[in-house]
Amino acid sequence: IETSIPFTAHNCDPPSRAVTTSPSELLTFFRDMALMRRMEIAADSLYKAKLIRGFCHLYDGQEAVAVGMEAGITKRDCIITAYRDHCTFLGRGGTLLQVFSELMGRKDGCSKGKGGSMHFYKKENGFYGGHGIVGAQVPLGCGLAFAQKYSKDETVTFALYGDGAANQGQLFEALNIAALWDLPAILVCENNHYGMGTAEWRAAKSPAYYKRGDYVPGLKVDGMDVLAVKQACKFAKEHALKNGPLILEMDTYRYHGHSMSDPGSTYRTRDEISGVRQERDPIERVRKLLLTHDIAAEKELKDIEKEARKEVDEAIAKAKESPMPDPSDLFTNVYVKGLGVESFGADRKEVRATLP
Amino acid sequence: MSAGQISVPIVFRGPNGAAAGVGAQHSQCYASWYASCPGLKVLTPYSSEDARGLLKAAIRDPDPVVFLENELLYGESFPVSAEVLDSSFCLPIGKAKIEREGKDVTITAYSKMVGYALKAAEALAKEGISAEVINLRSIRPLDRSTINTSVRKTNRLVTVEEGFPQHGVGAEICTSVIEESFGYLDAPVERIAGADVPMPYAANLERMAVPQVEDIVRAAKRACHRSVPLAAAA
Repeated sequence: IETSIPFTAHNCDPPSRAVTTSPSELLTFFRDMALMRRMEIAADSLYKAKLIRGFCHLYDGQEAVAVGMEAGITKRDCIITAYRDHCTFLGRGGTLLQVFSELMGRKDGCSKGKGGSMHFYKKENGFYGGHGIVGAQVPLGCGLAFAQKYSKDETVTFALYGDGAANQGQLFEALNIAALWDLPAILVCENNHYGMGTAEWRAAKSPAYYKRGDYVPGLKVDGMDVLAVKQACKFAKEHALKNGPLILEMDTYRYHGHSMSDPGSTYRTRDEISGVRQERDPIERVRKLLLTHDIAAEKELKDIEKEARKEVDEAIAKAKESPMPDPSDLFTNVYVKGLGVESFGADRKEVRATLP
Repeated sequence: MSAGQISVPIVFRGPNGAAAGVGAQHSQCYASWYASCPGLKVLTPYSSEDARGLLKAAIRDPDPVVFLENELLYGESFPVSAEVLDSSFCLPIGKAKIEREGKDVTITAYSKMVGYALKAAEALAKEGISAEVINLRSIRPLDRSTINTSVRKTNRLVTVEEGFPQHGVGAEICTSVIEESFGYLDAPVERIAGADVPMPYAANLERMAVPQVEDIVRAAKRACHRSVPLAAAA
């Protein structure tokens, strides 16, 4: 299948627009993206019902990036991202129960309820978070790539960041060393066109993020096309193992606001949002492919979506049953090795513990 | 290093301290970090009066000032006097404010914790303990004189802060009182601070990680020998 938009390359030859796929892969894409969409919509409701507290950044609209990336790489490759991490975690093999439990601060969460929305991890599948400090995950990702090269793993790291973070100094510092040492690091700019409420052109002198690496090659990808993302990530992995870092700019879109405190409609028009939904939606694109190639009937796809809704509802019900973390968990996971260090509660004469 | 040739008249203002439900990377008090640096001034407003008077003072000051606001106080209103509303109103840097006078125990606090200390003082009053609440306003310079004068009067001290206890603001205040007013103390200094752990997200753990009014009340009663410490009771 041909990608709908050609890749635009900087300092490298772009991969072919012809992407190999299979009926079962397309169905998996459809199912995975529908599940993510449903999960984020449910998180929105839970937040409004005050069952999720604090910050919560939703990924709906950007699903093709998480799903397409997984299709192009393996779980031995690493991914590290910022705070919009629910779907990336699911893509790495996390479960809905872990997601909703973490969002509600329960024991069965992927970080035992201690991290919350922004701090999802799944180290055994190469998912290193889940970070709350804008942009700081990119140098960490380059560090992961250093470890991979050092231990001759023949694997790569995808470090994701947004168009807002793309203008930070630390990205260029990390990229410089990554390029100097030929690290297998792929910097993935998920360009959803707004850094919080600021349009990219108001924040960046050059919003052509795939070119911003100057001496580092880059590729602009239609991030709403899961097949294009898959092709690009496969290409990026091969390139990075041979030549060092590469920047992938994923042209994508978030339907929700930046976080739950942003209605998302003050700095962009409703027409813009509905226009993207109608013309570029990643799920609808795959639905169309499945229908036009007679792989699935309309009804089957509706059933898949119904099934996703059911799975999400069941996971939420189960997560609600999950207990809050034990009070003693306040003093766990501070050190790997506590060395008998004493730690204190707010009133040290009332609450104290020896760190494990 | 420029022998005074270059000055840095800048104000850094931003939210500081624990917010609600945002985890370890967005809930931390940096007062003691910044305040340990010579050359910086660190201000911590509590009320509307503080915010107005101190921000103006910070902007007018010729040195770098770190202005630490508390996100959870943004939505709170405070009564203000006509004097505060006057365009000439400004506050001095380095001067604490006695928010409530008392004679039995001194409670020092800054930012959001001033409100908690005042609530604790009210609860203590019901039990016959008269607490003096000092709103530090300025962490550096620290108003050692107001603190020591108060402790020499009450002979007891409870320090309250949202930040981590080790090398914290309370530790500095305690040292100052030991250095200057040791002979006046009738009880060990009590320290209430954020728990010595990264901030957890879960609501039950988060509550344990930040000081509560009852922690302040308990510590004040201990200082006044009105309660039995846990170790002795066990």
